[in-house]
Amino acid sequence: MNNSYLKIAGIHKNFGSFTALNGISIDIKKSEFVCLLGPSGCGKTTLLRIIAGLEQPTAGSIFINGKDMTYMPPAKRNFGIVFQSYALFPNLTALQNIAYGLKAKKIPKKEVKERALEALALVDLLHVKDKYPAQISGGQQQRVALARAIALSPDFLLLDEPLSALDAKVRERLRREIRFIQEKLQITTIMVTHDQDEALTMADKIIVMNNAEIMQVGTPQEVYNTPANPFVADFIGSINFWKESRKGKNEEKTAAIRPEHIRLSRTDGILAEVEDVEFRGPIYRLEFKVKDSSSHLYGQSIKVDVSTHDVNHLKLVKGMNIHISLPEESILAYNELVVS
Amino acid sequence: MEAVEKSKRVQSFTKTKSQRAGKEEWLQRALIILMLLSFLSVLIFPLGTLFAKAFQNEEGTFIGIANFVKYFTTPSLVQSFQNTLFIATMTTAISVTLAFMFAYCLVRTNVKGKTFFRYTALLPLFAPTMMHGIALMYLFGNQGLVTKGFFGTIPGIEIDLYGPVGIIMAEVIYTFPQAFLIMLVALNGSDNRLYEAANTLGVSKAKQFITITLSSVKYGLVSSMLVVFSLSFTDYGAPKVVGGQYNVLATDVYKQVIGQHKMEMGATVGLILMLPALIAFIVDQLTQRKQVSYVSSKSVPYQISQNSKRDSLSFVFCSIISACILILFAAVVLAASVKVWPYDMSLTWKHFELKSYTGDGFTAYKNSLIVAALTAVIGTIFTFVFAYAIEKIRRMAGVRKFGHFLSIIPLAVPGLVIGLSYVFFFSQPKMNILGWTVSNPLNFLYGSIAIIVIANILHFYSVAYVTAVTALKKLDREFELVSESIGVPFYKTFFKITLPMCLPAVLEMAMYFFVNSMVTISAVIFLYTADFKLAAISIVNMDDAGNLASAAAMSVLIIFTNIVVRVLYEVVTKLIRQKNMKWQNQ
Ligand SMILES: Nc1ncnc2c1ncn2[C@@H]1O[C@H](COP(=O)(O)OP(=O)(O)OP(=O)(O)O)[C@@H](O)[C@H]1O
Ligand SMILES: [Mg+2]
Repeated sequence: MNNSYLKIAGIHKNFGSFTALNGISIDIKKSEFVCLLGPSGCGKTTLLRIIAGLEQPTAGSIFINGKDMTYMPPAKRNFGIVFQSYALFPNLTALQNIAYGLKAKKIPKKEVKERALEALALVDLLHVKDKYPAQISGGQQQRVALARAIALSPDFLLLDEPLSALDAKVRERLRREIRFIQEKLQITTIMVTHDQDEALTMADKIIVMNNAEIMQVGTPQEVYNTPANPFVADFIGSINFWKESRKGKNEEKTAAIRPEHIRLSRTDGILAEVEDVEFRGPIYRLEFKVKDSSSHLYGQSIKVDVSTHDVNHLKLVKGMNIHISLPEESILAYNELVVS
Repeated sequence: MEAVEKSKRVQSFTKTKSQRAGKEEWLQRALIILMLLSFLSVLIFPLGTLFAKAFQNEEGTFIGIANFVKYFTTPSLVQSFQNTLFIATMTTAISVTLAFMFAYCLVRTNVKGKTFFRYTALLPLFAPTMMHGIALMYLFGNQGLVTKGFFGTIPGIEIDLYGPVGIIMAEVIYTFPQAFLIMLVALNGSDNRLYEAANTLGVSKAKQFITITLSSVKYGLVSSMLVVFSLSFTDYGAPKVVGGQYNVLATDVYKQVIGQHKMEMGATVGLILMLPALIAFIVDQLTQRKQVSYVSSKSVPYQISQNSKRDSLSFVFCSIISACILILFAAVVLAASVKVWPYDMSLTWKHFELKSYTGDGFTAYKNSLIVAALTAVIGTIFTFVFAYAIEKIRRMAGVRKFGHFLSIIPLAVPGLVIGLSYVFFFSQPKMNILGWTVSNPLNFLYGSIAIIVIANILHFYSVAYVTAVTALKKLDREFELVSESIGVPFYKTFFKITLPMCLPAVLEMAMYFFVNSMVTISAVIFLYTADFKLAAISIVNMDDAGNLASAAAMSVLIIFTNIVVRVLYEVVTKLIRQKNMKWQNQ
């Protein structure tokens, strides 16, 4: 056996004539934190539901620890799940919500309470144990849902956009908290998200999906620094694309560079004019138009991220001319053409 | 050692879990199949039998549309068809207009006493339609209070009550609350931003009324028109009591089937009776889809502007309507409690003894209570469980969709047609399915209380079903999935989460079943037996026997019972809401 704990092999899913998943294969190691990242409608939730057994694949198999569980009912798969809506039972208190699943097992009453309290303590919410979901904040509800999911010591944890209903500050705190708990319990976790920051900050491994297919699998650094194709490059972070024809050959390729890799200088590089200045707090996003008619980038618009300090130093304003340079080592090359 | 023990324990968990998963799936499938079988035996087979009969002769041979041809060539039957159309059209015009104006006053003006007006408008729902007829007789009949000029104090007004005038008046009162409820919902669902936009553009009030108000309630208007039309088209109670010699379809059916034993003609008229409701049903299904987008979560409720002249006018209008309703009820209550109307107006309890040769008095009332209670309890259980199966179980999607369709079909079947089709289906010892003749396993139900209860449940099923589905839809779709993932069986979540959360809806369904079972006559008129009469039927029998005061007393008893049940419902609902305050969203 290889060392994959959860193996997803060639999953297809059709809804009528519509293909929601097209040949998805993933290997997930034990204790890994995996993010499924992709634009809306690409099939992330469908894949998660198939892993959970809430939906049957049209073709393909799912193995856990080498055991085929493609057609196993959800209750037997031993996973915990947190939905976007949390789905906390409104007529049960936080503690009762967590104890709900434990009670169904033949566990002594005392142990049920102990384990429920333990789970609540893990998410640091002992003080709201007797409150009903409607009486606690969204972030707290989210943590109760998480505690409920892990109280049964599941083999793996499934999270479907668990943070999308929360405001930015709470979100950031919960990212760290979820990751902390996951590491503490060493529980294999698959989280669906369409927020790239979330995936980049939390995941051991990111699976980028688009149009029912996997575009790239890799660590956050890999998908950001060496995106496998223009879609990933564009979907994660920002990027500049341009067409590049190869010397000698009658062939066109796509080149790309991230805005933060472009250098500015008063003297060296390609002459360009500042077309737009957008303030983003720690940095400025500048939009340049290449003015140098001898450059192969002539006429092209280029986004550049510049630190606030540099903008002030260079006294950059709209309409000003300055030189830009694109370091060779930061340029990405693709065979696919990008229409933009 | 410890580790071994632990792993054993874990094993035993997984084992019980796997067995339960199998059992649960089996249970869910069984539930859905039970639902399908129920619909088959109480809806599809009976209606199918009725349908087949309309195209057969007395011997049961297929004769195509000969029955319909015969129907439309028999002058007396054509006459009653025209009569029915006339009644339904007039009722619709009057009832919907009044209901719209009444609802408009309550929603769009600052008229005083809204709660009072609202409850008064709903009062007729608690009474059988015969009561409206009886009340009209006491007011406008030969010895009526108005006819006689209030004991000769003022000159009397004589109207030709027995016939179309009386029927239309009774039907308007009967259908008014139904139309009013639909208009209330329609008028409440408007977006104030539209009016604000119109005001800033300088659109005149009259034009706003036409372009915004009317267009935003047009579906409600169409819907209430269709409902009122089909209710008055198929009502049996009012024409029976104040119709005189004026024949309508509903009374025809009864005469054809019970009087002349012409089953196939009864079936033919039954199918014709179903037409308006069927059209209403189809139109409703089509418009409902469009209507969804009208009110969004961003909509702003209507802001009532200050206008005291409009408010006083509304007050006058609402008072007149309420007075009309209250006078009718007062007349019946009074008639039931005086010795001999209008000659000896001293009070007495004697009519409430319900001594009558034909009506079976108190026993009938007791029977009605039993039937209403059984209908409420059994109907609510079945409706809610079936709604749950359709809404929340993940298996057998196709069957569930079909189940949903079947669940709203009863909306299109008038009570009279239900009763008739039950007679046809349940009375036959053998039944014919696609050419196969088998003995009818449900024949034993015929002539029992059970068939009356079943007919009632089916008759009022759809409204209760929609109530249940609406409540279930408000619950998170994921509750069942979460339970499944943490290994809690679905029935446990049903009892611990779903049911408690839907308790107010469940009570509403039970109340609806009860109240309607008390007042209904159309379905059960064909199904009751001589030794199990019902209160609503005894009203008709007492009226037939000329014992009007007892009929009035029985009506009062029914109304009183229904009001008590309604008040009880309100009190219990309030208590539940208070208790659940903590977990309800503020
Ligand atoms: N039960 C279903 N029947 C038909 N189509 C479905 C069904 N469930 C999902 N789909 C379709 O499959 C596609 C993928 O859906 P899915 O919910 O997996 O997307 P997603 O990646 O989770 O998107 P989002 O980010 O919006 O949640 C969508 O186009 C959706 O419309
Ligand atoms: Mg999704």
